[in-house]
Amino acid sequence: MASRKTLHPNRDSEDKYSILLPTYNERENLPLIVWLLVKYFGESGYNYEVIIIDDGSPDGTLEVAEQLQKIYGEDKILLRPRAKKLGLGTAYIHGIKHATGNFVIIMDADLSHHPKFIPEFIEKQKEGDYDLVSGTRYKGNGGVYGWDLRRKLISRGANFLTQVLLRPGASDLTGSFRLYKKEVLESLVERCVSKGYVFQMEMIVRARQLNYTIGEVPISFVDRVYGESKLGGNEIVSFVKGLITLFATT
Amino acid sequence: MTKLVEWLFGVSVVVAAWALVSFDLLDLSLPQTYREVAWPMPLYLLVSFGCYSLATVGYRVATFNDCDEAAKELQGQIKEAKEDLRKKGLKM
Repeated sequence: MASRKTLHPNRDSEDKYSILLPTYNERENLPLIVWLLVKYFGESGYNYEVIIIDDGSPDGTLEVAEQLQKIYGEDKILLRPRAKKLGLGTAYIHGIKHATGNFVIIMDADLSHHPKFIPEFIEKQKEGDYDLVSGTRYKGNGGVYGWDLRRKLISRGANFLTQVLLRPGASDLTGSFRLYKKEVLESLVERCVSKGYVFQMEMIVRARQLNYTIGEVPISFVDRVYGESKLGGNEIVSFVKGLITLFATT
Repeated sequence: MTKLVEWLFGVSVVVAAWALVSFDLLDLSLPQTYREVAWPMPLYLLVSFGCYSLATVGYRVATFNDCDEAAKELQGQIKEAKEDLRKKGLKM
């Protein structure tokens, strides 16, 4: 059949993409995000694996992950759980150790990042041989769903302030939907010490400092469907602290 | 050079240039009009930057895309995924 060739246009490529999914109490979301990943990688034909790093969720996320592994196969779904919650940076280090792909994709497992953008990330990366490709809510068709005016104002204001102070060469600093060359992620993760929102910001600021090239793809960010998303005073204070730290040290 | 140092450097250059002209530190005997223009310049710069910032942030908030389509698409796919996963034997 002639159509078979176009069905999996990228199957012969030697590139492999490892998706790192750090989870904590994502029993509801995990099957859905995995289903979507399988769907879009199946359609685009790229070689991939999903690495689930569960930090001892009490809600049984790991058990659901084991079922998914049975359904989709041990070569596609890898489980690398840890005993307790240890933070995002170490989750990435832990995940990279087990990743067999030459590219690593990091994203949230709460469905705010849609896997349909991954083929665009990959094309973008190939287009300019970028060291990292970052999803951006602030450019082109990018955007958010489920944010009120206050949240939008804080987000835009914080982003503007950061752009003025740090001139990072990327429009979305606190987003965490990104594709990295594996060795680039390794070298960045080693250098980054921040937590939370600031961790993602530090990653991209250090990337620029090390002269890595950055590509951007507009994404739509759909705020948590299940579970809660918060932006309180604590987050804002830690963001400002992180911004000042980066301002003085990078 | 950290961003902080870059900023300090930039600000000192501007302040030095401003002081030179405003107070005629090098005795260049500049025309009086130069000094009169230079003297309130920092305030003008600050006010214009403030206006620019407010306008930019306001415009960006107003034009922030609401991705209603994306949310609808996702809801549809969640339904589809749940059915398919149930068929494949997943116990939620």
